Amino acid sequence: MNAILRTVLQRLGLGIVTLIVVSALISGAMALLPSDFAQSILGQAATPDTVKAFREEIGLDRSPVVRYVDWLGGIVQGDFGTSYAGAGGQSGVRRAVADLIAPRLENTLFLAVMTAVFAVPLALILGMLAALYRNSLFDRTVNVVTLTSISSPEFFLAYILMLFFVSHWHIFPALARVDADTPFLERVYRCALPALTLLLVIVAHMMRMTRAAIINLLSSPYIEMARLKGISPRRIIFRHALPNAWAPIANVIAINLAYLVVGVVVVEFVFVYPGIGKLMVDSVIRKDIPVVQGCALIFAATYILLNLAADIVSIVTNPRLLHPR
Amino acid sequence: MNELDYWTQQIKKGRINRREFMGRAAALGVTTALATSLLAREGIAATPKKGGSLKLGVGAGATTDSLDPATYPDNCTGLLGGSTGNQLAVIDAKGTITPDLAESFEPADDAKTWVFKLRKGVTFHNGKTVTSNDVLETYRHHMGEGSKSAAKSVLDPIADIKADGPETVVFSLKSGSADFPYITSDYHLPIMPAKDGGGVDWQSGIRTGAFILEHFEPGVSFKMKRNPNYYGTVWVDDCEVQTIADATARTNALTTGEIHFIDRCDLKTLDVITSSGDNTILEVTGYGHYVLPMFVDTPPFDNVDVRMALKYAVNREDILQKVFLGHGTPGNDNPIAPSVKYAFDPQPKFTYDPDKAKFHLKKAGHETLKVDLSTADTAFAGAIDACVLYQAHAKAAGIDINVVREPDDSYWNDVWLKKPWVASYWNGRPTCDWMFSTAYAKDAKWNDTHWKNPRFNELLVAARAETDDKKRAGMYQEMQQLLHDDGGLIVLMFNNYVSAHSKALAHGDVAANLEVDGMKLPQRWWFA
Repeated sequence: MNAILRTVLQRLGLGIVTLIVVSALISGAMALLPSDFAQSILGQAATPDTVKAFREEIGLDRSPVVRYVDWLGGIVQGDFGTSYAGAGGQSGVRRAVADLIAPRLENTLFLAVMTAVFAVPLALILGMLAALYRNSLFDRTVNVVTLTSISSPEFFLAYILMLFFVSHWHIFPALARVDADTPFLERVYRCALPALTLLLVIVAHMMRMTRAAIINLLSSPYIEMARLKGISPRRIIFRHALPNAWAPIANVIAINLAYLVVGVVVVEFVFVYPGIGKLMVDSVIRKDIPVVQGCALIFAATYILLNLAADIVSIVTNPRLLHPR
Repeated sequence: MNELDYWTQQIKKGRINRREFMGRAAALGVTTALATSLLAREGIAATPKKGGSLKLGVGAGATTDSLDPATYPDNCTGLLGGSTGNQLAVIDAKGTITPDLAESFEPADDAKTWVFKLRKGVTFHNGKTVTSNDVLETYRHHMGEGSKSAAKSVLDPIADIKADGPETVVFSLKSGSADFPYITSDYHLPIMPAKDGGGVDWQSGIRTGAFILEHFEPGVSFKMKRNPNYYGTVWVDDCEVQTIADATARTNALTTGEIHFIDRCDLKTLDVITSSGDNTILEVTGYGHYVLPMFVDTPPFDNVDVRMALKYAVNREDILQKVFLGHGTPGNDNPIAPSVKYAFDPQPKFTYDPDKAKFHLKKAGHETLKVDLSTADTAFAGAIDACVLYQAHAKAAGIDINVVREPDDSYWNDVWLKKPWVASYWNGRPTCDWMFSTAYAKDAKWNDTHWKNPRFNELLVAARAETDDKKRAGMYQEMQQLLHDDGGLIVLMFNNYVSAHSKALAHGDVAANLEVDGMKLPQRWWFA
């Protein structure tokens, strides 16, 4: 158990260093981009004096380094800063980045969890069945179908699904619009198509890794031994092979879950889903740096935590790592 | 197309009104009853009725949007401002200026002073009565020293604003301007409640308009309900406007009946929208135009014959058909839209003529010409394609146009107004004076051609203060001719606003000054 605790603490420490590096990189990259928030909002109507006044109001007249240090100081105290956009209305004059991100992140996580709940078990089961009946018609069909779906761009899959489920059969709504008041079942119904699109995108990866990891193990001597003892193929896979295959599978699952959180902006656009991806893209286009920084931190943290989780699974399922000498 | 269909299309495009249509129909031997049902089929119903929840989908809108009218960047916030608030004056479907929150406006002192009398008893959504102080603070919000407002330079002509009692506002201008009330209709200028210690309360979204803002989630949607105390007419009970950035998603949302109206249709798939028979396309020729301005003080454009050669070397009709699928009107290097008062079509009309282009090139002392043209799709959607097509047209005249693709991000800051020949876009302005003062006057901040014609500038000041309509028309005619003959801009086309809506919706004449029925659609349309 010590090993796990040590790994977790070590990785979390490294994770914080990574986050600081990421935020510095993002901040530097944003400073290199042409134009800023004031110019971008005023667009063609910008004049030098209005841009100057706008910059002073939101503090863009300070140097990028000063702004970054300021921001970092806030982060250490748990303050994500405020967006440059003065929204007004229920949001208040200046919107806190945390308030801006929270509902969007919630939506994104809902979609990610909903997709994962279906996709992960499906991929594992299909992978194991494909390994069990490898080179059979079933194995080939599953491979062809999943490889086709992963090879198509997401927006294309989304449009195909929309064509049938929305335009032809009228089963699902065209827009996956949800807000804080949407009841749970309504939410699931509205998210069905984006979740299905994402499911088609990620299942192949996980399913093929499961299949490959198990097939790989099936050729090792201890499986040979088990087979010679006359154990049934099913028992060999579930009881003897699978426990040793968890490490690579967990890694692939972690990568795909991270993708569900940080990489679904195209699906959000097509289904008009108010997730964090569109928030980040909007903010990058308008150069709303505090929001971009906030989103980037969350994305980086997602990767770090999920990778950590995958490593813990590897350690727990491998006695040699769990009890090192 | 038979004649009746033709007139039906004309009324949809707002070129004729209902009364004219009925007259034409009667002349064709069509009964009034049939003509009315024809109009109803096209969404133009005779008698509006109340009720219904309106849902719109627009392509614009971002998470960074704000309720502050000073920073309204596009259609989405423009629609919010247009539905929840009122300017002092408004441009109606005919393109004429009419009082809105003001009850009347009168010029005095050779149009150097304008007196606006406010409508009596109008209240903000919170019940507070609108007074001249609210108007003053609203204008100060845009004009002040440290203002960041996109409307700041529009308000440059104002020297001073004073209140004369609670219901009268007096504008003193730097020089006489007969068209001043048009300025007050700018969509950045809805009247906001003044705060006690000075300044305005833009944050609450409380205005005077037809709708009360209920919920605003920037970049996602906003919801409004009918203002029961509104002084004008409103038909629908409530309205929700959603940002749907993806054109296919917009089309799908309309065709499946989830929303009733979409703007900026994908021109290639208009058939998909109309195929079910439930929806119809609405096309309006507005004031917006796509231009290629060149600096007339920079070689080789400093020679008027080079400019002439370039004007004859472009096939506008071809670009209109191939890039914009015919949804527009070819330009004639006059930035004033045909529907604007005093508009005039200068002669000779510029058409594609490589021989004339060669002739002018020779006259300028060039056998061949090599020029850079900077472009990006930020200038207008399709700008790159249009420029590449121009490049092909110009080859025949011995002109080698090097199309330079610029980054979208910094286009308005580092390319437009900075490089000698670029692609650009104007939303257009409702008056000659406003358009000319914005981009073609010698001291205009956005003079993107560096054109400083003495006669033109002399006429601009004279026409501004001229109150005799006939003389004024003559002056504007001469100015448009000058710009056409000598100016540094190529007007590729006036673009159509192509939107689509459910046939459940009906409307009267559609305004051309801005998209989405002058950004007042929720207030003007009804369910048939």
